[in-house]
Amino acid sequence: MGAFLVQEWWIVLMFLASLAPLLHRLATGGLVASLRTLDRRWIFLLMFWAVAFPIYYVGVTGKTLPEVPGLLAQSTFDEIERLAPGDPVLLAFDYEPSSAGELTPMATAFVRHAAEKRLRMYFVALWPLGAQMIDDVIERVLTPDFPQLQYGRDFVNLGYKSGQEAVIKVIVTNLRELYTTDVRGTAVQNIPMMEGIASVQQMKLIIDVSAGTPGTKEWVQYAVTPYPSLRIVAGVTGVSAPLYYPYIPRQLHGLLGAIKGAAEYEQLVLTRYGGENPNPKYTEGLRRMGPQLVAHLLIIGLIVVANILYFTDPSRARR
Amino acid sequence: MKRTVPLLIASATGFILIVAYFVPPIQAWSEQVSVWFNILAAVAFILGGANLLGNHLKHISDRARGWGYSVVLIVSFLATLVAGLGKIGVNPSADFPDFAWSGTYRQIGSPFWFFYEYAFTPLTATIFAILAFFIASAAFRAFRAKNIEAGLLLGTAFIVLLGRTFAGVALTSWIDPAVWSGFQYFTGLRIENLTVYIMAVFNTVGNRAIMIGIALGIVSTSLKILLGLDRSYLGKD
Amino acid sequence: MIAGMKRETLIWTIVMVLGAAGLLGRAFFSEQGMGREYVRAVPVANGQWTQYDGATYTDYLRAEQAQPGQTVVQLSLPRTVGLWLAAFFTLAVFSFLWGDNPFYRIAEHVFVGVSAAYWMVVAFWDVIVPNLIGKIWPGVVQAWALPGLAGPEAERNLVYVVPLVLGLMLLWRLMPAGGWIARWPLAVVVGTTAGLRLIGFLQGDFLAQIRNTILPLVVFTGGAFDFWGSVSNTIIVVGVLCCLTYFFFSFEHKGIVGGVAHVGIWMLMITFGAAFGYTVMGRIALLGARLEFLLDNWLWLIDPTGRRVVATMLFGLIG
Repeated sequence: MGAFLVQEWWIVLMFLASLAPLLHRLATGGLVASLRTLDRRWIFLLMFWAVAFPIYYVGVTGKTLPEVPGLLAQSTFDEIERLAPGDPVLLAFDYEPSSAGELTPMATAFVRHAAEKRLRMYFVALWPLGAQMIDDVIERVLTPDFPQLQYGRDFVNLGYKSGQEAVIKVIVTNLRELYTTDVRGTAVQNIPMMEGIASVQQMKLIIDVSAGTPGTKEWVQYAVTPYPSLRIVAGVTGVSAPLYYPYIPRQLHGLLGAIKGAAEYEQLVLTRYGGENPNPKYTEGLRRMGPQLVAHLLIIGLIVVANILYFTDPSRARR
Repeated sequence: MKRTVPLLIASATGFILIVAYFVPPIQAWSEQVSVWFNILAAVAFILGGANLLGNHLKHISDRARGWGYSVVLIVSFLATLVAGLGKIGVNPSADFPDFAWSGTYRQIGSPFWFFYEYAFTPLTATIFAILAFFIASAAFRAFRAKNIEAGLLLGTAFIVLLGRTFAGVALTSWIDPAVWSGFQYFTGLRIENLTVYIMAVFNTVGNRAIMIGIALGIVSTSLKILLGLDRSYLGKD
Repeated sequence: MIAGMKRETLIWTIVMVLGAAGLLGRAFFSEQGMGREYVRAVPVANGQWTQYDGATYTDYLRAEQAQPGQTVVQLSLPRTVGLWLAAFFTLAVFSFLWGDNPFYRIAEHVFVGVSAAYWMVVAFWDVIVPNLIGKIWPGVVQAWALPGLAGPEAERNLVYVVPLVLGLMLLWRLMPAGGWIARWPLAVVVGTTAGLRLIGFLQGDFLAQIRNTILPLVVFTGGAFDFWGSVSNTIIVVGVLCCLTYFFFSFEHKGIVGGVAHVGIWMLMITFGAAFGYTVMGRIALLGARLEFLLDNWLWLIDPTGRRVVATMLFGLIG
């Protein structure tokens, strides 16, 4: 760390210079009084550095924090790991670029895991931008790293359909009523891997990457609950993750929550399939845990300072 | 005609979907109704876009305050729309080179993709990203451990924030049976394990109760609509 | 105080100007520079067209090394402009943190315009064309945009005249008169939503959650008494009952009921605390992704995914 700071002296200089006016005010205006009237833009600045500095550090040094996968990540991993080559899985990409920061690492890891297992991948999307997210992951993972996998035989992008949960309602009993072609305009009957697939019920597993509604909740309500033979694992955003815990374990068989869930799952996939020098695109979640750590500590620090100010405020007793 | 027919339509479509769960032969009907709904959802996107265009055109013609921004909006709207609907710069599909319109509208490198990649993506991602700053500011201004309830909330938040990063591991890694054999009964107190426990037990409790409450609310509102007791969606005459 | 504010602004302006000047200097005067996009030309359909896939600076240098003056991997001016535009939009949205300003306003309006149009285009090509026009006039669609349409999906289905008429009725809302006409399709939408949700929530959220809560209070794992398993199950069963007591008893919460409801409140507070923690985690992850875009894709300050690895290597050799 010391060598890094010396080598990258200019960012340290920027950091100190940008905070100099704040430090000056705290020193001259009285610590407590200045904190009580703190402009929120200083908090914004602290937040910026709390995230930017670790990103820069991790970006330059390539160091990541060790990750011990939890039980939920393990059960998510096991659900995919227990499948046999050629098993059909439905990959529902229910998100868009607004939450890609959290969900892209999960989508990447899911697709890589499914590709390593040689599962047949059927991509669908309930969000208008989801089809684009599918294109992106195919271009990022399948095309460069799995050239032996063939479109139409090993994976197919069926794309987006409007109607939210009503889409699930239809395709869980009749896939072809809605999906007459894939995104390339090929009729389903001419896609080799669509042979024998009449509905979602034929899927061995639903893998849902979900940013909210419609997403994991709807897949649980309209697919897994009425058809209990279906199984589902989900990678979801931090905001929505706590809401899905009541479905575990009967209606939801694995859950990755926020970037931590992504990092844990990445670690599991890397341990099993990674090798010595994993491609950095498969460690995005792990890299992001550095900024996460510093920013979490900042939030805790802010709450602690605010509470100290609150309890030491002489005017509080009068209120 | 203006009110009775819509009421009947709403009840009929809703009850078809419900009855289909109990009478499998009408499953096909419920699929059909759902497909109509899906198509109407797509039409709603078109309706929404047209409404937006209309509103902002009016804004401009009225020379309302900030009408210049409405021009920006309309220009970006129309440019994206023309690029996408017209499949501008899109090559025909490799399988059907003789059909000029057979390519995919999202083709990488096309103008429509350009709007997605360089306008939509940075804008939507950054708009959500700046919430991190506001949540930090709110943490400083709003969270006070004024009573037991607020203390529980903050305490849980601290444990979760620490436990979902390496900080949790670093702070309590000394609770290790290798350090002292008696610690084998206390490994559950390591922050990362506490977090897992809070999420799996206490968080499940709260969210399950909320889920049951919301479900009952939704069931009763849906019933009111299907029975024609709630007609607010029809608006006023 | 005012003098202090001015001095802060001055210091800040100096820091910003110096920082920007440093970055621009690095962009234009260093060997590596910043913010350029490369593409790889790939011939499609026996060379009838050229498709431009995204490439990295690494790809470019490798190609140049193999064959100087090659044209397969090249600098893309439009995409470079796009990248700078993306950086501008990112900074414009961030500028809202300082205060409302015209740059933010422009970015906001571009966002609304582009996204509304994007959704319209997706709805048209992914749903209206294959699922409506293609069902009523399959021949037209085959001759125009979906030549691959074939099989039973390419047969005319006149039932789809119903959603066509309903859709046109919905669009009638744009007309100045006859607003009631749109009520019919609206009734389909409301009725379908109500019907779907009634069953979905009853089955997935109400009945299943009660079922999930009926747990053994004394747990035996592998024949041995599981103390912590029993405690967890007891907390879940008792906790859910306490929360429900708090929600549903409409009379005054006094005595035993009051105590039970209070425990329910504590459970909910813990739930909200967990939700807050997860929300913070999610938001920070999104910020991290954005800052990584600025530092990596635009400024070329960090290179976590090895997009410019060879660059450093080569310049290391040359320099």
